[in-house]
Amino acid sequence: MAFTLRINERSIAVEAGADTPLLWVLRDELGLTGAKFGCGMGLCGACTVHVEGQPVRACVTPVAAVQGKAITTIEGAGHDPIGRAVQAAWLALAVPQCGYCQAGQIMSAVALLHDTPQPTDGDIDAAMAGNICRCGTYPRIRAAIHRAAQQLREAR
Amino acid sequence: MSPSSATTPPGAVPEPCDAAAEADQPPSIARRKVVKGVLAAAGLVLCLRQSGRVALAGDRKYGAAGEPGGVVDNPLVFVAIHPDDTITVTVHRPEMGQGIRTSFALVVADELEAEWPQVRVEQAPADQARYGNQDTDGSRSMRHFFEPMRKVGAAARMMLESAAAAHWGVPVSEVVAERQRVWHHGSGRKLTYGELALQAAQQPVPETAVVRLKSPEQFRYIGKPGSRLIDGADIVAGRARYGIDTRLEGMLYAVVARPAVLGGKLAHYDARAALAVPGVVKVVEIPSHPLPALSYPLGGVAVLARNTWAAIKGREALKISWEEGPNRHFDSQRFETELQQAARRPAKVVRNQGDVMGMLREAGRRIEAEYYLPFLAHASMEPPAATARIVDGHCEVWAPVQDPQGTRDLVTGLLGLKESDVTVHVTLLGGAFGRKSLADFAGEAAVLTKAMGGTPVKVTWTREDDIRHDYYQAVALERLEAVAGPDGLPVAWLHRSASPTEDATFEAGAEGEDSSEYGMGMINIPFRIPNVRLEVPGVPAYTRIGWFRSVYNIAHGFAIQSFIDELAHAAGRDPLEYQLALIGAPRRIDPRTLSDEWNYGESPKRYPLDTGRLRAVIERAAREAGWGRSLGKGRGLGLAATYSFMSYAAAVIEVEVAADGAIVIPRVDIAFDCGPQVNPDRVRAQLEGACIMGLTVARYGEITFRDGRVRQSNFNDFPVLRLPESPREIRIHLQPAGFEVPLGGVGEPGLPPIAPALANAIFAATGRRIRRLPLGTQLADWRA
Repeated sequence: MAFTLRINERSIAVEAGADTPLLWVLRDELGLTGAKFGCGMGLCGACTVHVEGQPVRACVTPVAAVQGKAITTIEGAGHDPIGRAVQAAWLALAVPQCGYCQAGQIMSAVALLHDTPQPTDGDIDAAMAGNICRCGTYPRIRAAIHRAAQQLREAR
Repeated sequence: MSPSSATTPPGAVPEPCDAAAEADQPPSIARRKVVKGVLAAAGLVLCLRQSGRVALAGDRKYGAAGEPGGVVDNPLVFVAIHPDDTITVTVHRPEMGQGIRTSFALVVADELEAEWPQVRVEQAPADQARYGNQDTDGSRSMRHFFEPMRKVGAAARMMLESAAAAHWGVPVSEVVAERQRVWHHGSGRKLTYGELALQAAQQPVPETAVVRLKSPEQFRYIGKPGSRLIDGADIVAGRARYGIDTRLEGMLYAVVARPAVLGGKLAHYDARAALAVPGVVKVVEIPSHPLPALSYPLGGVAVLARNTWAAIKGREALKISWEEGPNRHFDSQRFETELQQAARRPAKVVRNQGDVMGMLREAGRRIEAEYYLPFLAHASMEPPAATARIVDGHCEVWAPVQDPQGTRDLVTGLLGLKESDVTVHVTLLGGAFGRKSLADFAGEAAVLTKAMGGTPVKVTWTREDDIRHDYYQAVALERLEAVAGPDGLPVAWLHRSASPTEDATFEAGAEGEDSSEYGMGMINIPFRIPNVRLEVPGVPAYTRIGWFRSVYNIAHGFAIQSFIDELAHAAGRDPLEYQLALIGAPRRIDPRTLSDEWNYGESPKRYPLDTGRLRAVIERAAREAGWGRSLGKGRGLGLAATYSFMSYAAAVIEVEVAADGAIVIPRVDIAFDCGPQVNPDRVRAQLEGACIMGLTVARYGEITFRDGRVRQSNFNDFPVLRLPESPREIRIHLQPAGFEVPLGGVGEPGLPPIAPALANAIFAATGRRIRRLPLGTQLADWRA
């Protein structure tokens, strides 16, 4: 089937089966490999993208369900001041180790800061519990989210 | 320093190997084996070369020189200076999150007097003859290549200075390189590195003996904080490329149905429904190889499609029946009983001093305990994946592999090609932790592209494939018995470690830990105990055993450090004071006096076991954690300390246990001595990560088998620690050391103390002794 997707503020036509998860359309058809495959069951968060600003797991989201909706992937995260602040905080604290899960971590963190500009540790726990990092960068992820929130507050 | 002066130990040059001759060698003691693919008269065989084998004669090589490929320190191999004044450093060790691309480049840049923002990194393909050893495990990269990479940078700097002196017609003694320019003292003239690049490349490479290294106080990057991660900007923008991200023109996407039981073979299959799935192009059989497993593909049926999703759906539609082979009855619960029985009988003695058995017989009271660690899966966030194609008889592979040359040898053997006809491009690794040391997945990609006439094929493993077809960390049952003297310290110590050997993955029928395996924290205990007896029962392996970050140190460290805590409590003594008394006065122990002939492949003279350093990390961790403060019921501090990979680590964990058994970890203090830290921020990152991985081992990690099959499949039934469960604070305390101290490992040694420190903290909090990992729900009824 033919679908028109709005990805990172651009309209893109793709051919795919209606049940194909968005993740494989992004990665295999469109070459947007920033969203990662980690589990295929929405358990690890490596594939996190935004649909209408909400974080979703692209590995369990059928492409038919997101037709016409605004999709943002890690490749488009820098279009937004919150995205840029999160990326900058990640670099300032040298969060990544292998880096594989970090696109998903960043997309979850950006969504959190859109909804909750000054998150508590409890807010961070709730928003980030779905994103696994096997290298164990969690303490720096927590610190980087607080740092990004602070930078955004000071920039206002 | 010419290419020929670089150390090139035997093994750097491909050579045929003789399976019969290998069989006559002494029992394996290698932790890391090298698989070589060769074509023999009988067909395809792989034979082993034991990289860490103890030579019977006195010609043993230590450290990097003892590894295949050895060391290369030729700047022409590793450094390119471009006319635009950028500098490319070639990094030959794979990046899996340890930060080696950043850290090697830092070392070269510092000695080169390069400006860090001008430095780029290029990843070397597999070619050990050109680059030196590339097998990235054993926490060895910086330990073995710090000095060579310094020489690379310093020699390149000297070539730039020579070029400038020649250009100006002045003696080289009058010029100096600084901050990416060469200056002439007398005239104040200067040239940039970019301006000198072409002339510098024509200069002779200085001999190693005349290469002038900086003195450590001149370092600008080495040992300093604040250098950007070389891949950081790409990672946060989603541009970093891992193995699974490879895309080639016309590429097919493959997933493979593999036998669920190790040693199983395809009986027959029906591909009609699979081929009817839209997007599926072809179904291809991958041949199985007889055991031992080595790094061969497991065999099975591959579905090749226009995209990954179609391949996954196609695989679901396959109808396959298997011949399951001799491991079809393997049951890990029953095996636990076998291990326990083995640990209760006398077994092969690997260290014996005094008369332990006599003392145990006569002792009025002996203390004994058994500890259990299950099989573990690595579960790197990037599952195994690899891409291959063949063009004009030349096979190219793109893969996230820890052992590039081993991968190249595997593909060379599987395809019957010459080594020169195989190129292995090393991508970023999305985590590895030992799993990607054995590149069966790259072998699958190579076999499939050959079957498709060279069409590019990417093999992607699903998470279920990864969990069910890992090279598992070995299950272990550790039995300890001790007789305590009047002061409560042990006067006799018996330890039996019943655990399958990783050798069984390479040699059919290998049983029980080899000397590199019991060399990881069992044999080399530095305690003042007059009677010590250590035994390793010969227990078999029924699945593929591999290496998991810190390997046998996990089970040994958990058992020994828990047992010492138990002995301390039995003696009514404080565990900190007790452990320090057990270690005794600071002294440097030759590992051979502990019957440890392996010593992680390092020289016993250069790397003795220094109990002063061990004491110091224990004292530091305890002090920083506020050891001795009273916390009240349900809260406690636990201490554990281990020596592994030439580094000393101590952890104090604070735990809070709720009435329902839920645990919170407010704080972890880790003191660490790896000698000097080349990139302190990455050392901290590795210790933070090892702590979190160690907590997963302690709380959740468990692979079980029934009917020969792994029962877990994904993160729902193989959970790993998540952010809310992460310690609220991990405080890393690095021990200062000068650069005259030999480097220790960093990637692995932070892990072994974590599980026992948590178990000891839980005992302090609840009075419950955890002898079996994972913790799971063992604390649910602790208040009852």
